[in-house]
Amino acid sequence: MMRTIVLSLVALFVLAPTLAGLWETLRAAVGVLPALGYRQPSVEPWRMLAGLPGVWTSVRLTLTTGFAATILSLGLASGLAALIWARWGLRAGGRLLAPLLAVPHAALAIGLAFLIAPSGWIARLLSPGLTGWQTPPDWATVQDPAGGALILGLVLKETAFLTLVMLAALGQLPVNRHLAAARALGWGTAQAWALVIWPQLYPMIRLPVLVVLSYSLSVVDVALILGPGTPPTLAVAMLRWFSSPDLSMMLPASAAALALAGIVLVSVMAWIGVEKVLRLIARRALGFGPRLTGGRWVSAGFGVAGLGLVLIVIGAGLAVLVWSFSFRWGFPDALPTQFTLSGWQSGAGWSALGQTLLVGVPATAISLGLAALWLEAEDRRAKGPFAIEILIYLPLLVPQVAFLFGLNVVALRHGMSGGLIAVIWAHAIFVLPYAMIALAGPWRRLDPELLRAGAALGAGPWRRFFTLKLPLLLRPLLVAAAVGLSVSVAQYLPTLFLGAGRVATLTTEAVALASGADRRLTAVHAILQMLVPMAGFALAAAIPGVIYHNRRGMRGGGAA
Amino acid sequence: MTLALHEIVLAPPGENWLFAPLTLEVAPGQIVSVMGPSGLGKSTLIDFVGGHLAPGFRHRGQVTLSGQDLLGIPAEARRVGVLFQDAALFPHLSVAGNLAFGLSPEVMGRSARRAAISEALQRAGLAGFEARDPATLSGGQRARVALMRTLLAQPRVLLLDEPFSRLDAALRDDLRGFVFDHVRAQGIPVLMVTHDPGDAQAAGGRMIALEPFA
Repeated sequence: MMRTIVLSLVALFVLAPTLAGLWETLRAAVGVLPALGYRQPSVEPWRMLAGLPGVWTSVRLTLTTGFAATILSLGLASGLAALIWARWGLRAGGRLLAPLLAVPHAALAIGLAFLIAPSGWIARLLSPGLTGWQTPPDWATVQDPAGGALILGLVLKETAFLTLVMLAALGQLPVNRHLAAARALGWGTAQAWALVIWPQLYPMIRLPVLVVLSYSLSVVDVALILGPGTPPTLAVAMLRWFSSPDLSMMLPASAAALALAGIVLVSVMAWIGVEKVLRLIARRALGFGPRLTGGRWVSAGFGVAGLGLVLIVIGAGLAVLVWSFSFRWGFPDALPTQFTLSGWQSGAGWSALGQTLLVGVPATAISLGLAALWLEAEDRRAKGPFAIEILIYLPLLVPQVAFLFGLNVVALRHGMSGGLIAVIWAHAIFVLPYAMIALAGPWRRLDPELLRAGAALGAGPWRRFFTLKLPLLLRPLLVAAAVGLSVSVAQYLPTLFLGAGRVATLTTEAVALASGADRRLTAVHAILQMLVPMAGFALAAAIPGVIYHNRRGMRGGGAA
Repeated sequence: MTLALHEIVLAPPGENWLFAPLTLEVAPGQIVSVMGPSGLGKSTLIDFVGGHLAPGFRHRGQVTLSGQDLLGIPAEARRVGVLFQDAALFPHLSVAGNLAFGLSPEVMGRSARRAAISEALQRAGLAGFEARDPATLSGGQRARVALMRTLLAQPRVLLLDEPFSRLDAALRDDLRGFVFDHVRAQGIPVLMVTHDPGDAQAAGGRMIALEPFA
């Protein structure tokens, strides 16, 4: 009974829109868009797409930036995870990186742009002393044609993400024993990490790596801020065509959305193929029992790179902070000569914050409720987890662009597009999988003895749900809520498409402002965008301590 | 109210039967001890009779209480109390909260319920412990609170799952006396599983050895 209800809720809520969206995108990509009078299938969208200026450059840029960002992040994260593991341990490392994960991509991208732009903070700090510049140099350090700034922006976030994932995975491996064994055989520590630990680690983090690849290939907001403009990556080009005043551009845009989904799919398969080849080669090479030296230099290199990343992130954060208060800041000056509160006093940032919460809080609440009900239904089922759980994660695996346009077609048909409800719904589709990821582990690890004790004392399933499970899982529930809120805050495309430009959240406003000249207001939006998730995580950390201040058994990571 | 187990065998998911078919009867006021080395499925037997078996376990045989079939009834409706190995006190509730969770809904009214709880604590030698955090109790105190919580639910049968195995020797004797005196006074069938012959001797009832499945 309950199972049926929960399954149909998820099907109606997540699955139906995802599939309907995919279907509509697919139809438009083969030329069927009844709303615009196109009723016959044709290859016209693809012919138009192939003829658009710069489209092949866009495809190349998508591939180069996506793969470069993924490979660099994976490489850096591998070294950094080993360093952090050796120097600070797993828990401290997690605490170090988790706040970075809460920073939305767009906010970090804006901070990075403020830092490295020709008129950015770094240039100002070095000028005119070291450079002699009196005006910003005519260099393209941001939005460079090759996508270097975009790659750097992605690497900052994804390295932190992959490092955190690797640290979690390392906790499940007998790292010390294997390192000791390898070193006893005459291998250096760095070599032992690379050849003994890493091959065991990689299969455990493979899915997150593929998620990073898929994300980097189809990212829109970061690419709008940091990526090249003429031509842009395919995802950004597609967005431009979708929002073109010439409505017939919808056709090549839909074709591009589908093409991008295809590119992601082929890339993932290519990645897996290369993995296989590398594994074969590595196995051969290991047979010769090589003993390499120079591990000290390798770890020093990773240390420097890691420090560099941390400094860039801190610099980016400080840059937006300073700029949000700046009034007069002539070029080579290291700091503003006059400060103002006007950026913070203007209503723009605050009203965007209001809209962000108006969307994020209900989307998070709905998703969290659904996730809890899903897990509860699973508990009441004799056969354990639902095989169709994978469907919840469908919105993470299919690139957003491939079904958001179609989803909006569906919403338009039902008169929902442009409304708050449609945006909340679209956000919840993406928040639910993350809420599930955050909640499922602690939920399934809850001590079954406590629930048995409850049942033996006469508590039925609903009483166990409300008086045992939910309070015992308060901390993971709040963490899942904070994760959900941070996911919602960062959503760009769903807000843009389903909101039809009428729902202005911090993210859509920040991205729009980033292309303009008002750095002060852009900075205010970026800071607010960072603060919302951080406030969420801070509350999630503080509330259990207040409620359970007198319950020693409720402290620590999970319940019980 | 006699608890009867008839030809019980149990098997974890995908594994063989754990022990030879078990048949026994426990009359009201009696304590029957089922003995056996660890790994033979003693805790599984308790879970089975209490209705807490994890999904996927296979079973055969019948469990009845005064002729009424127990197996078809969900755990929360069986009124079979269980004293778990490590007390299983709810860490998010106070000691009084834990007792109130178990206290039968037939005791109505705030003051009546509060009185029932403080009286139970008094009998356990823990008068005034209402507001305490269960995590701050000693092992013996935890076991006493757990027993009181179980008894306040007015069970028709009581199951003891190695209730003393986590306590040190000095405390064990003291607590055995406390537990057995209290459960005998209830006049209900009590089934205990243990690997410690001392437990069974202290219980003073029948002992049945669990045999490996042939």
